[in-house]
Amino acid sequence: MQSRSDKVRSWGLAIWSVLALLYLFIPIFIVVLFSFNDNQGRFNFTWQGFTLNHWAHPFADPDLASALKNSLVIALISTLIAVALGTFMALALVRYSFRGRGVVDLMVFLPLASPEVVLGAALLALFLTAAVNTGFVTIIIAHVMFTVSYVVVTVKARLEGMDRHIEEAAMDLGATEWATFRKITLPMIAPGVAAAALLAAAISIDDYVITSFNAGQTQTFPLFIFGATRQGVPPEVNVLASGLLIVVLVLMGLNVMLQRRLAAREMRRETVDELSQTPLAPARA
Amino acid sequence: MLRLSLRRRRQLLPWLFLGPGLLWLIVFFAIPLVNQLNVSLQSGDAETGYSFTWNFSVYTDAISDYSTQFLRSIGYAATATILCLIIGFPLAYFTAFKAGKYKNLILLLIILPFFVSYVLRTVAWQLILSDNGWVVERLRDVGLVSEDGRLLATRTAVIAGITYNFLPFMVLPLYVSLEKMDRRLIEAATDLYASRTTAFRRVTLPLALPGIFAGSLLTFIPACGDFINAALLGTPRQYMIGNVIQSKFINILDYPTAAALSFILMTFILVGIFIYARLLGTQNLTEAAF
Repeated sequence: MQSRSDKVRSWGLAIWSVLALLYLFIPIFIVVLFSFNDNQGRFNFTWQGFTLNHWAHPFADPDLASALKNSLVIALISTLIAVALGTFMALALVRYSFRGRGVVDLMVFLPLASPEVVLGAALLALFLTAAVNTGFVTIIIAHVMFTVSYVVVTVKARLEGMDRHIEEAAMDLGATEWATFRKITLPMIAPGVAAAALLAAAISIDDYVITSFNAGQTQTFPLFIFGATRQGVPPEVNVLASGLLIVVLVLMGLNVMLQRRLAAREMRRETVDELSQTPLAPARA
Repeated sequence: MLRLSLRRRRQLLPWLFLGPGLLWLIVFFAIPLVNQLNVSLQSGDAETGYSFTWNFSVYTDAISDYSTQFLRSIGYAATATILCLIIGFPLAYFTAFKAGKYKNLILLLIILPFFVSYVLRTVAWQLILSDNGWVVERLRDVGLVSEDGRLLATRTAVIAGITYNFLPFMVLPLYVSLEKMDRRLIEAATDLYASRTTAFRRVTLPLALPGIFAGSLLTFIPACGDFINAALLGTPRQYMIGNVIQSKFINILDYPTAAALSFILMTFILVGIFIYARLLGTQNLTEAAF
């Protein structure tokens, strides 16, 4: 039984939510739409007609192509380093009790709670003091610094949800600590590590603020876009951004399908197990 | 192999695991924060170089010269945080309680903007709010914007941009805290003759409080230091403290002032977090946030 006011309330809630989602989506829609714009001149601000030209030549601008390449290489290297460092930190924080963990927790938490402009400015000040030239390497240093905490938090969450008895069983059965880690722990935290890597890579590719302080003469994708705003952002940027979005969506779709299939197989196996355990069922070979 | 007693190994291993990552954070995060103080107290100019002189006047100058931008940053960030809460709470509530099988789809939609470049999304807002754009023309038609009025390059545009860019940071922690709530508590409240409003106010809201706090921090802190929205959607009259720090560091090369401003901003945020951590405990904070 639903009263009139309840109905109004739940419709209001649904409409509000749809509007909020639309708000999140309008700029993305614009980004994708204007990748098809047949723009005349430098500015891609008004709709002038449909074209697939930009999609045919997404790397027409060599500066843009090299900026994107830099972003991808930086993301790859910094993610590898951050995941290696962060995973072991998470292991230490979840698996061991030691003195000083409060300080370690704080050191992991603080970068997440600092405004990016402070992280970038402080690091640049350090490089200036130490007379280090900023460029490719300093961008990687910066990206590792601010993604490692995300890795720790993500892997930690996975470790905390893990059943320790499986590892204990392996060790009881004579596996060494290293073998247990390689054969049991690592495969079990793999999804968490993968999620952490994706997160770190996504943050690295998208970062403008910290990179802008420590980039020197090196261009990355976000730096290129920001620099281009004065002369007009070329539509190829929209094409590449839309392309990236499509890749992410396809990957997510595949992941969902895979999970569903695994879940279905699991369910079938459980049903077979249950059937075989009932006394009347024929014994399984 | 090194033979150490099990106890010794148990004590050493965690530090072995922590070592490299912790070292990275100390060298490239903690030391730079302290080093800022050192840089800020230097004097000199960009041509002849800077040297350390205990030049404390940089702080008084920085505060008196840029208090407008500081207060503006706090004002914009606070407004955007409240707007995010107003827009985001119903969305998080709907996703957690009413979305049913569409829950994961909606969560995906909420994080989807993250996969389009932050700068590019803000550029898209520039286009949407532009003077000859569809939105401004419709608003002129209905008289909400005067004939020569504009949306771009106003305070409204900057705050709307910040609200937009940080909305998912508010919605996700809210969703997490609502999702793990025991819904039987609300049923119990209504069974005991609490009205829907009372049940919401006395049960749902207090239980969602960690999410509200975490979401507010995750929105307010980056919003406070943001300069992309002010740079792309505003004019120098809307510039925030982030814009000043960036231009002092990169364009004007006035390192002491830039470092001082950044140090003040960080101190302000740290004091805020510590007060908050005292109230709730850091562990709760990180838990609620992720």
